[in-house]
Amino acid sequence: MPDATGLELTAHELREADSGSILGTEFHRGRATLLANAEHVVTVLSTLQNKGYTFLASLHGCDYYPEEPRLGVLYELLDMKNVDRITVKARVPVDEPRIASVVELFPGANHPEREVYDMFGVVFEGHPDLRRILMPEDYEGFPQRRDFPVGGEAVLFTYNEQTSYGKWH
Amino acid sequence: MEMKREPLGGGQPPSDFRSRQLLARDMINGDLEGEALQRYAEQAVMTTTLDKAVAWARGNSLYPLTFGLACCAIEQITAVGSRMDIARFGWEAFRASPRQADLIILSGRVSTKMAPVIRRLYDQMLDPKWAISMGACCSSTGVYNNYALVASDKFMPIDVHVPGCPPRPEALMHGVLRLRDKVHGTDPAGWRDRYGATGTEEVWPETDPSNTAEINIFPGGDTAGA
Amino acid sequence: MALTSDYRKREESITFSAEPAGQGETHELLTLNIGPHHPATHGVLRLIATLEGEVVRDIKPIIGYVHTGIEKTAEQKSYWKVIPVIERMDYLSYYFNAMAFCGAVETLLDVEVPPRAQYLRVIHLELNRIASHLFWLATGALDLGAISIFWYCLREREMIMDLFEMSSGQRMHTRYFQVGGVVEDIPRGFPAKLRKFLDVMPSRADQYADVLENNQIAFERLHGVCPLDEETLLKIGVTGPLLRAAGNPWDLRKAAPYSSYENFDFKIPVGTVGDNYDRFRVRLAEIYESVKIVSQALEGLPEGPFITTDRKVALPPRHELATSMEALIHHFKLVTEGFRVPTGEAYYPIEGPRGELGCFVRADGSAKPARVHMRDPSFVNLQALAPMVRGAYIADMIATLAMLDPILGGIDR
Repeated sequence: MPDATGLELTAHELREADSGSILGTEFHRGRATLLANAEHVVTVLSTLQNKGYTFLASLHGCDYYPEEPRLGVLYELLDMKNVDRITVKARVPVDEPRIASVVELFPGANHPEREVYDMFGVVFEGHPDLRRILMPEDYEGFPQRRDFPVGGEAVLFTYNEQTSYGKWH
Repeated sequence: MEMKREPLGGGQPPSDFRSRQLLARDMINGDLEGEALQRYAEQAVMTTTLDKAVAWARGNSLYPLTFGLACCAIEQITAVGSRMDIARFGWEAFRASPRQADLIILSGRVSTKMAPVIRRLYDQMLDPKWAISMGACCSSTGVYNNYALVASDKFMPIDVHVPGCPPRPEALMHGVLRLRDKVHGTDPAGWRDRYGATGTEEVWPETDPSNTAEINIFPGGDTAGA
Repeated sequence: MALTSDYRKREESITFSAEPAGQGETHELLTLNIGPHHPATHGVLRLIATLEGEVVRDIKPIIGYVHTGIEKTAEQKSYWKVIPVIERMDYLSYYFNAMAFCGAVETLLDVEVPPRAQYLRVIHLELNRIASHLFWLATGALDLGAISIFWYCLREREMIMDLFEMSSGQRMHTRYFQVGGVVEDIPRGFPAKLRKFLDVMPSRADQYADVLENNQIAFERLHGVCPLDEETLLKIGVTGPLLRAAGNPWDLRKAAPYSSYENFDFKIPVGTVGDNYDRFRVRLAEIYESVKIVSQALEGLPEGPFITTDRKVALPPRHELATSMEALIHHFKLVTEGFRVPTGEAYYPIEGPRGELGCFVRADGSAKPARVHMRDPSFVNLQALAPMVRGAYIADMIATLAMLDPILGGIDR
């Protein structure tokens, strides 16, 4: 991990390259996170890729309900030569959940981006094949969002078996 | 009470059970002779013994379907391995095609995407067919009571449920042996035997098949478009 | 219902990148649906293969048939209870799933794992790696047609399952790793039984290698079949034995050691070409290395507590409950509500049997995690299947899928 000063230097470099792209930095328990502007995510990632973080370890989403902007897309980058990891976090609002796709930079982002779309509803512009990947193709709703109910069946106890659907009317 | 002797074949044709009952009564009384006796002997020996023999053969050479979903499949495969050896009971011939299989062992979690596929597989199997629901996840969604899973009871009839997460190969063998008893027709009544409660089976209230919230109601047929 | 439902129409809209080859003649491309119920796919994987004769022109995997909503369920449970939920994700490497999650939570809590617990974790992780590789070998050889290896590998796997049962009471999904250490110390007969297993395992692995090495059919089906170079693999994000088979010695146990892996002396087996044979050899060699690690860990097992002594995170030992009021209060709080984790996010990667297994945990200060995401290696490795098999025969595709070692539980979560 870059330490706190290394993180600030990286953030500074990225701001130099593309102003307005880095909204902030977080350094927690030895882990460095760059808060990127959702519109500049491709430039941030390509700059980091040129700096040495050539491996995309993970691309996942997170729902920051109820803080806005709600939906976050996190990119875990890995520099294999220096064994360095850095996280880039981009947050999009839930009413306009669009972000650019990084499939051209990292072809391995194909399935993970589809999963984030499936689970959170974030539309990745430029993705070659944005379909649902885990849920059935015609499913409605985005399950991993915090306001989506967990679902499942009510367990029948004596107090609710009369009113629950199923055995007794 | 009036004792009525009804001649066989006379009057209204008796039901099959009634005619067999009368034949048996005559047999016990020693009243059957000649052709009737011969016919009775043929019938009794053929029907019961043949049925039993067929059931015995079936139970000892069941063809399970190669079907495994998740972690329970690992324990199912271990049951096929040499320590637990399902081949001791003749069940080692796993068939890949549902047309050739008798038994589907649902081992693992059934997601909503997979349920119509399993139903289609089950429909493709030829009668007589059985199903074992292995593990907690397919019997009752197990650990994961959420939007993604469906209990296997909801879309297909299950003969034996094997609890566990995952059930040990020994537990699966116990379920296998219970199913074998069921195929043979000798399955024990379970707790009703032990507590002297035979004859107290549950009677489901009149269920409306159009009410899809009813559990264990699985109208067969249309799996097209699944 | 219309004859082609909406679902079917959407399925038909999947585009293929394959184009019919040849000019003048008409070549027909056959779209074949393989799965989700198929004896050769490892779990419920559905592949839509575009074939030209017997040659695969394109492959599109469709997954989601065993999607369990693990991550959503994990958000509803307190951290302690997430461990059994998360263990069942990649169902052959259950200790690894628990390790990744516990590591992430330990990072967020900033709690230290005592050395004895680290060594015990390493022992169980490496035993799980051997078990996972044995199962891969069993089913992989089954796909190739070498059915006898299936029985032999399961025999060794039973010995490992017995060891797991000895230490934790369960054969699979043992819930042995807890946040801060392990749930219980190993019982008295465990080291002896483990030594017996370690004595026997290398010679057994030699036997498996012998069976497949000198077999002409296995040779033809593995050598030179479906190679993929390191560059493409790195771009796709593939790690683990697949990457090592292509020549890149990237292994998190050496590169970024966690849980006292730096104390052990072991090698990283690396292939050259990256074809099926290299993948097979790398995984087989890893079994030997894991045996070495386990024996070193067993010999060097330090004394001490098996779980952190921080009572706010780990349950106090039961005898203390009779005498100490504080212990009783801690026990009560931990069992009813669970420990609270301060706000933060952490991504903890470890080296699983299939590659980098990472766990992302977001904590919001309460006793339940706000987001748990497992970065499963098979999910990313599956994207490498299509480049690998383009231009190969369909039988080679089956062999490559076996050598890829996908676990659908991890892919679908």
